[in-house]
Amino acid sequence: MMDYTATELMACVASRTLEDGRSVLVGTGLPMVAAALAQRLHAPNLLIIFEAGGIGPRIPTIPISVGDSRTFHRAIMAASMDYVMSCAQLGLVDYAFLGAAQIDPYGNLNTTVIGSHDRPRVRLPGSGGGNDAGSLCWRTIILMMQDRRRFVEKLDFLTTPGYLIGPGARERAGLPRGTGPYRVITQLGVMGFDEGSKRMGLLSRHPGVTLDDVVENTGFQLIIPEEVPVTEPPREEELRLLREVVDPAGIVIG
Amino acid sequence: MRVLEEGRGELLGWLDPDEARRWMAERKSRSPVDKRMTLREAVERFTHDGDYFALGGFGHIRVSMAAIYEMIRRGRRHMAMAAKTAVHDVDILIASGVVDRVECAYSFGHELRGLSPAGRRAVEGGRVKVVAEISNAGFQWRFRAAAMGLPFLPTRVMLGSDTLRYSSAKVVEDPFSGKPLCLLPACYPDFAIIHVHRCDRYGNSQIDGITIEDIDLARAAKRLIITTEEIVDEDLIRMEPERTVIPYYLVDAVCEAPYGSHPGNMPRLYYSDEEHMAEWLKLSRTDEGVKEYLDKYIFSVEDFSQYIELVGGRKKMEYLRRLEMLEEPLRAPWAVRG
Repeated sequence: MMDYTATELMACVASRTLEDGRSVLVGTGLPMVAAALAQRLHAPNLLIIFEAGGIGPRIPTIPISVGDSRTFHRAIMAASMDYVMSCAQLGLVDYAFLGAAQIDPYGNLNTTVIGSHDRPRVRLPGSGGGNDAGSLCWRTIILMMQDRRRFVEKLDFLTTPGYLIGPGARERAGLPRGTGPYRVITQLGVMGFDEGSKRMGLLSRHPGVTLDDVVENTGFQLIIPEEVPVTEPPREEELRLLREVVDPAGIVIG
Repeated sequence: MRVLEEGRGELLGWLDPDEARRWMAERKSRSPVDKRMTLREAVERFTHDGDYFALGGFGHIRVSMAAIYEMIRRGRRHMAMAAKTAVHDVDILIASGVVDRVECAYSFGHELRGLSPAGRRAVEGGRVKVVAEISNAGFQWRFRAAAMGLPFLPTRVMLGSDTLRYSSAKVVEDPFSGKPLCLLPACYPDFAIIHVHRCDRYGNSQIDGITIEDIDLARAAKRLIITTEEIVDEDLIRMEPERTVIPYYLVDAVCEAPYGSHPGNMPRLYYSDEEHMAEWLKLSRTDEGVKEYLDKYIFSVEDFSQYIELVGGRKKMEYLRRLEMLEEPLRAPWAVRG
């Protein structure tokens, strides 16, 4: 069996959720790695979009910023923030790929502060394009580490809307109909959202991870079905591309 | 329109549309005049203590570091920044004491490099206040509303979130669909500084690659300083008018600043200088380190060209050019494997 890290596994699982011929708005960090990997493997026609204006690049090596020159390398268009965000508001972007510091059972995200807003214990960067992506794209995929400080019943700050307080809440707030969180991918497993209650539920656990591990690292009641499959581990080809082509300097995957 | 919700964030940079029209009509010259001047003169004339301002580019991409260093050298204070994807720009402006208020879409972070030690220390210690939150599209569309001469722009972002509750936006019921809409107030910064690939002496500017928010920001700003990699002949602009993204009548100053985005990326010309960024991120962990950095790279030199010599001159710039052209592998000292 191949040796791999949790980050590499997350990148592989995330890349597999992206279908060929779809569009994805990609945030900084691991989402870039997953999208670049998907483009080199099963989804050569994945339309990768960056908020600063890069549309449809062939990502040569991992960008440091969602606005640097790698984000429009051999792209089909070098546009603007307005152009990209308007496309998302118009319904042309299938997936958003985000990270977060905290998540709640409805997939709402915090990337703004830990503690109070006006006197924060930890000040985080803020929304960036996160709120926009999570508001406007059809399906939001979240990549983050899972523990009780991050998976919380109540967020310190709701930066980016998930399903807010439950079924119908997004639409009542005025957010585009039929949008919302789709998958949460962590070092422990893959989660989705229950159709009826819009609460988070476990879809698969990663190799070597027990159900207890998942429960112990979740600060709220997670829906756990009777049968929980085990995530397919990274394949040799995926790991080779990750390490040698997508991120050879190890700036994301370590 | 019925107001359903109002953000509690401070409303910065808003003007009544008729006031904005009057400013533009009276203060923006439609007569082409040679606006070339030194950065020192531009910063002295068009930036003032207490101003609310925005910077073009993307925080560490095509950002006018040359102008930022000059603002620091001139000792500007108590400024509020429209931190629309602000990265290295806001970090060093906070660390040097220029900025003490932030309207925040993205700040206090260095994207893949991690969080910004100096910016975080200032905001967590209370020296810098975040007076409003917003999203990236939020800022883009605040500038767009201003660029269109409108008081606000209706959008579908920020709804249902604390980002909205801490912003200067309002939620109303759309008179057409009946659905809640987020109204983003127009934003006319006191000044903006945009770094471009080339422009002529009047300020007609071309940008290679993505334009981010700059086409709208250029129209929204009450004063606009253009810094440029090179000043070209007007004929070159007129040969390809479709390439002009900022016309001269929006521009107040033109300052030539080769490598002006260093240590940031300038698409097609040079990639970011990760060794220099790593030095900043390391030194800025302490106030003493910040002082050491500012003394070494900003206060010890007269202008930006001396700084470029100090950080490695031609040899370093040639390396960054090859890096940009993918002819060299990236070395990132802040990353695990480097």
